[in-house]
Amino acid sequence: MSFAVRIQREPFDAAAESARLTKGRTDIGAVVSFTGICRADEKGEAISALTLEHYPGMAETEIASHVEEARTRWPLAGVTIIHRYGRMVPGEDIVLVATASAHRDAAFAAAEFLMDYLKTRAPFWKQVELASGKVWVEARSADDLAAERWNEKSAAE
Amino acid sequence: MKILYFAWVRERIGKAEEDIDVPASVATVAELAAWLSKRGEEYAHAFVNPKVVRAAIDKTHVRPETSIRNAREIAFFPPMTGG
Repeated sequence: MSFAVRIQREPFDAAAESARLTKGRTDIGAVVSFTGICRADEKGEAISALTLEHYPGMAETEIASHVEEARTRWPLAGVTIIHRYGRMVPGEDIVLVATASAHRDAAFAAAEFLMDYLKTRAPFWKQVELASGKVWVEARSADDLAAERWNEKSAAE
Repeated sequence: MKILYFAWVRERIGKAEEDIDVPASVATVAELAAWLSKRGEEYAHAFVNPKVVRAAIDKTHVRPETSIRNAREIAFFPPMTGG
């Protein structure tokens, strides 16, 4: 079993991380890998760079607790989450969520669940560099709704 | 008590962290935010809309009504925008 959370400044290799999850294993039938990438626009305005601030210590424990929550919901064989901080330019990878399971249903669902929670609960804050200056990105209510629907699902079960 | 600030809360207050002696009469996270906002213009600016500012005690998310008794570290920050 491989469950890893890494908070780092350095870039990561998404393909290598997915390969690592299945290395030496023949019981894993599905890996879902999501990569969040820095876009060149924020609300229609061009950005030249993005800086991610985080709360060291809390970021790791908060994400790890959601990995534990995912493991109670789905039969997972492995999870790798990497979230970068610091300054990055459009085209650079920001975040990786890779989930492994015997079957695709669990891997897809767990990856989506973990991303939805990362967006709203993990202590990271984005600041973008526009032509007019630096601006903090505002939280989107759509992200809150995406995270809340997992509570509704568990309540309905 | 160690108090940490992140993102625009940090920028408005002008510091990332500080050690403050908080009076015993300040019992909850919301009361602490209200008490801090009276410390100066920069604090008042950070907590101008207190419902927007989130908090964590000892690196765990908490609600405004949570007691701050026994807290070692309290952080204030805007809604999160990671991922």
